[in-house]
Amino acid sequence: MSFKITSAVIDPVGLKRGLERSTAGACVTFEGWVRNHNDGEAVQALEYEAHLAIAEKEGARIVAEALEKFAVTAVHCEHRVGRLEIGDCAVWVGVSADHRGPAFDACRYVIDETKVRVPIWKKEHYASGATGWVSCATKAAGG
Amino acid sequence: MTIEVTARYFAAFRERAARDSESVRTQARTAAELYGELARRHGFADSIARCKVAINDELADWNTALSPGDEVLFFPPVAGG
Repeated sequence: MSFKITSAVIDPVGLKRGLERSTAGACVTFEGWVRNHNDGEAVQALEYEAHLAIAEKEGARIVAEALEKFAVTAVHCEHRVGRLEIGDCAVWVGVSADHRGPAFDACRYVIDETKVRVPIWKKEHYASGATGWVSCATKAAGG
Repeated sequence: MTIEVTARYFAAFRERAARDSESVRTQARTAAELYGELARRHGFADSIARCKVAINDELADWNTALSPGDEVLFFPPVAGG
């Protein structure tokens, strides 16, 4: 599968092995990690939610576009959902290609498009005990 | 014309509306009109330019005409990565 939503721990080593081809001379990978701060607030944990079917369908479209636009051999993206702690890998993108240029470009394309198109939401749990949905103006009633 | 559709909410919308879904009788002709109506009812503060809608499990254009029995999924601004 070229784009997967998972609740399991992401395994970068195993995923990278899946990109190996004897024709490939370059491999570019990107990992998005949970960091302990956002917009000046201390973050303790993150909770990711997705619409599984639509997320995987839109994600597969993005991967297909990357394969079409860039001279690359293999592309894979995996995004985790559920509660994640500081330092956990939330998203992994990997690309293999004959040469490094298209590999860098395709990797960048997949993570950038994933962030704006795939129905995945991120709730931050702050050190203060409050929570907040990232990028969202709608707040919980009474909150 | 009044039709009945099912509205489903995700993430911040679900928390704000305090429900996963509801049956709605509406005169809204498009997904955008229905969002306007439900945003007023529940206090959703995000403009449709930053949100997405899916109809019967397919991402759709906000101008898509609604049909009786449609399941309309409202997605607040996405934040993967």
